[in-house]
Amino acid sequence: MTPALEIRGLRKTYNNGFVALKGIDLEVSPGSFFALLGPNGAGKSTTIGIITSLVNKTAGEVRVFGHDLDRDPQGVKRSIGLVPQEFNFNQFEPVGEIVVNQAGYYGIPRREAWDRAGHYLNELGLWDKRENMARTLSGGMKRRLMIARALVHEPRLLILDEPTAGVDIELRRSMWDFLQKINDDGRSIILTTHYLEEAESLCRNIAIIDDGRIIENTTMKQLLAKLETETMVLDLVEPPLAVPEGGPIPLRRIDELTLEAEIHSNQNLNDLFQLLDNQGIRVQSMRNKANRLEELFVRMTQNEATRSPLTPGGDGATEQQEGQA
Amino acid sequence: MTRADLRLWGTALRTIAIKEILRFARIWVQTVLPPVVTTALYFIIFGGLIGERIGEMEGFRYMDFIVPGLIMLAVITNSYSNVVSSFFGSKFQRHIEELLVSPIPNSVIILGFIFGGVARGLTVGVAVLIVSLFFSPLSVHNPIVMLLVVLLTSILFALAGLINGVFARTFDDIALIPTFVLTPLTYLGGVFYSISLLPDFWQGASMLNPIFYMVDAFRYGSLGTSDFPVIASFAIIAMFIIVLYGLALWLLNRGTGIRS
Repeated sequence: MTPALEIRGLRKTYNNGFVALKGIDLEVSPGSFFALLGPNGAGKSTTIGIITSLVNKTAGEVRVFGHDLDRDPQGVKRSIGLVPQEFNFNQFEPVGEIVVNQAGYYGIPRREAWDRAGHYLNELGLWDKRENMARTLSGGMKRRLMIARALVHEPRLLILDEPTAGVDIELRRSMWDFLQKINDDGRSIILTTHYLEEAESLCRNIAIIDDGRIIENTTMKQLLAKLETETMVLDLVEPPLAVPEGGPIPLRRIDELTLEAEIHSNQNLNDLFQLLDNQGIRVQSMRNKANRLEELFVRMTQNEATRSPLTPGGDGATEQQEGQA
Repeated sequence: MTRADLRLWGTALRTIAIKEILRFARIWVQTVLPPVVTTALYFIIFGGLIGERIGEMEGFRYMDFIVPGLIMLAVITNSYSNVVSSFFGSKFQRHIEELLVSPIPNSVIILGFIFGGVARGLTVGVAVLIVSLFFSPLSVHNPIVMLLVVLLTSILFALAGLINGVFARTFDDIALIPTFVLTPLTYLGGVFYSISLLPDFWQGASMLNPIFYMVDAFRYGSLGTSDFPVIASFAIIAMFIIVLYGLALWLLNRGTGIRS
């Protein structure tokens, strides 16, 4: 089956000499919900910029559903819908016009464009705002407007660059539901996000990019299986008389009513509860200290930074370079 | 090129053109009204008050002589500023990306912006013409020449505005060329005088000014008098259009100012 996205040896060196991508290989299967994660300045936005023709590549090949970016750029563009990181619509245009004009750029006649715009603006709760100037929308509405605009030409591949940044939890969850629905309908989605909970709950496949290189490319399940230990936070009913030390599961007292337990991947929660029960420690509630993916992500990107002393790793300089993309 | 491609390009072109026209129409108080008021003042001060003392220019009342030049002045500045401000604005607010990610060829993007520039140039040109009727009777020697000159001139300056917009990085950059290049060239292009009044050297220097040919050809279409053969003026205007279109297309294909 033709991959939704195929990248081979992608390199990008900006005019000022900054090397943003150092030879990326990536493949996204059709219909997948794919997470592309990485710290600030890792090269995510440059990669997306190249795929969507906003950034010129230095070397390498990009194919979208078999359309080659060099030989058939129009085919690539027709296949992609982009929701960028920053608002990039005319703030002084009415909401409906923004979506309808975008459809026009893809050759969709005005009447049909209004039908499609109506469908997506309705789905995203913006139809009532269609005559309002875009600048009057709230931040969350502006994000949804960019999703409606990206979908109006029915692209086979939707690329979302931090689509829920600055969006409140309730709205974020409704956007997740919407994205899940359009993915279930068969549309391939590539998502970059800083909310790792978002990537973990939505995406089946994942690539982690750091310092212009892909350092991991696998399924979410396989990646999470690499997490060797998880830290659980236990809220206690009453202060424990003693905290067991040197057992198979290390426990650490945080305060009078809180313990932390390190559970290895070959242990299970029953072992933990057995241990606590033996000591007469009663647990009120329990939670993961950090999101599992977040824990892995931090470890992997930190390892990478340790391996390469030249890694700028979010020192601001890299982010500034990326901002020029 | 397939029929589907042609349909896409046609729809995309219509979309950009409508968007550009609506843009300046929505803010007509900033875009259409000021040049009309300014030109009315030119008519009153230069044509009415000072012109009465100047007498005739090439056998015409001074007021009648400057009408074609003032219409061209309005057409030139408005086609230019429409495209430069719209294109730079789209870069500044980043909505140029809406066009860059879509499958529109750069030639169609250029044509779309030209449509917007020509529409504003012609709208303001017609408004100034209507104002001029309060001061001077309508003189039409050759309507086809008049229409063609206005059309080609607005295309040329829409292209020039686009190129300025491509290179502009700040709002200062979109004001520099109109202030320090366009306005002096327009004033020195024979709007207010016949270049036959100038010493030989300055007559020669005026020939290097492309705006002179446009004003002169339009004046021929209106009054039937010109300092330079009209056919040659058309050839020069067409040559500038071809060169500027080629340059604009090359810049957009390279991604100058819009892609990193």
